[in-house]
Amino acid sequence: MNLNLDQISISYGKTKILSDITTGSLQKGNVIALLGSNGAGKSTLVKALAGLVPYQGKASLGDLEFAQMTQEQRLALIGYVPQTLPQASSLLAYEVVKSAANSLLKSQSVSAMEEAIEEVFQKLKISHLALLPMHKLSGGQKQMVSLAQAIVRQPELYLLDEPTSALDLNWQIQVLETVRNEVKKNQSTAVLVCHDINLALRYCDHILLLNQGQLLSSGLPKECLTPDTLAKAYQVSARVETCSLGRPMILVDHAL
Amino acid sequence: MPFIQRAKPQEGQTLASQYRQYMSLRLIILLALAVGTLLTLVYDLSEGPSSLSFLGLLQGLWSPDSLPITQQVIIWDIRLPYALMAILVGAALGLAGAEMQTALNNPLASPFTLGVGSAATFGASLAIVFDLSHLGISQNFLLPVCAFAFAGATSLIILGIANNLGGSIHSVLLFGIALMFGLNAMVGVLQFVADEGQLQQIVFWTMGSLARADIEKASIVAIVLLVCLVFSLRNAWAMTLLRSGEEQAKSMGINVKRLRVITLLRVSLLTAVALAFVGEIGFIGLVAPHIARMIIGESHRLFLIGSALCGALLLSLASIASKSVISGLVLPIGMVTALVGIPFFITLIYQHQKRNTL
Repeated sequence: MNLNLDQISISYGKTKILSDITTGSLQKGNVIALLGSNGAGKSTLVKALAGLVPYQGKASLGDLEFAQMTQEQRLALIGYVPQTLPQASSLLAYEVVKSAANSLLKSQSVSAMEEAIEEVFQKLKISHLALLPMHKLSGGQKQMVSLAQAIVRQPELYLLDEPTSALDLNWQIQVLETVRNEVKKNQSTAVLVCHDINLALRYCDHILLLNQGQLLSSGLPKECLTPDTLAKAYQVSARVETCSLGRPMILVDHAL
Repeated sequence: MPFIQRAKPQEGQTLASQYRQYMSLRLIILLALAVGTLLTLVYDLSEGPSSLSFLGLLQGLWSPDSLPITQQVIIWDIRLPYALMAILVGAALGLAGAEMQTALNNPLASPFTLGVGSAATFGASLAIVFDLSHLGISQNFLLPVCAFAFAGATSLIILGIANNLGGSIHSVLLFGIALMFGLNAMVGVLQFVADEGQLQQIVFWTMGSLARADIEKASIVAIVLLVCLVFSLRNAWAMTLLRSGEEQAKSMGINVKRLRVITLLRVSLLTAVALAFVGEIGFIGLVAPHIARMIIGESHRLFLIGSALCGALLLSLASIASKSVISGLVLPIGMVTALVGIPFFITLIYQHQKRNTL
């Protein structure tokens, strides 16, 4: 299902966070990076799509408007991974993922749900954590469990708010590859809030660059991330270079 | 991993089958708790100042008419309501504590630490001082209703504060403690204006005692407990999700605000009705969920039942202790729960900290 944002504005009281975000139709099967400096409105936009923050304007997934979605539709279509990590409770990691997968029971049998849980633990290579209580997991491990909660439901739209913030380099690559594979395999869509522009450049198909609550640039990574847009969005002097493997890389020289 | 170590998974064993194996262990623990509670109930029945053999007790329970009338009265009108009330009130407080800790995302929350218990005491004291029995309103009815009204209002105030403060654990706790002191002061004012008989009733409330239990009161607590438990278990999935994180729960379509309001109203009802007939019994609502969490985990389908059973077992043990500490004298149970329970709780925490399992 294609994602379409049309004149989205969000305010907290009298403070305007986002104004007139219009993206056009974002094709399914793509990983979309939502970039911008701190306070640009990235997490707010993702929360609005997850149904946690009210917005003005039109936002739709396929033919369905987000504002018109029932809780059941939202549950079936959207997999949201919040910025906050799951709590350090006595729940087992397996139970945390199972509680998210319970929504599958309306359309699947118990054994199919159990297979889906097994598969997601294997896919994310965290099977060894499954029967450990959450309070024993590190921040990065909790983040993996949170991601498993979304992937197990095979949603049409992933909303991932900094899903790699607590992960080391190895896990960052593994998570982004897993998300990309899922999106390509199921022809779903992922919106990924991210601070690492090089990871976005490598794993995302489309960039939405926000600056002070407005959409500064939207398009292919190479077109969007230029020294000019980076200077405006992040106040840094940056270059786009090509590494020895032929991949584009952004090097930041200094803050402006 | 709480309390009991799980067996090492076998080669090729699926996660689902490992989890099922673990769940079976938890069910066995639940069953052991239930059996333990039953055994303490029987022991509690056999304990008391008047000498009554164990066989005589069983005979009296099975066939009341076979015993002399005095022994029938001891078993059926004194010991059975007393022992049953201990279990029912313990279960109600255990369940209320577990729900409150999850709803407010606060391991230190309990009906007493947040002032809900004190509010119930204030409501009950009002009902005692402004006695309306001459209008045909029974104290058995008015007391729990007043206790519930004030406990419910206090829960809602706490909820409002928790929402305004973004659920900050320390702020909510500090507010709850301030509320508790304020309510205790107001109970003091009521004690000051009460006459001798009313004062005695209020003091009975604040000390907590099972002495006025009867089958009718125990039945009221049993019905409320059963109804609340059914509704609690219907929310078990949502509560489990909430325990994994508020944003996670919201994103799965859980209306967290509504869930909190309903849960806190249920907690108020459980606390008020449980305490209406026995007075203030602190500590159980705080400690029972912690013990349940350690030995059963936090999947709320089992955790809520486990916490209720832990509460029942603890209060039943306290009931036995209240009769055994000083021969021929029954101590107010509220004192015993604190005296016996707190060292037990500290020991448990210490052991689990050492094993790094808390």
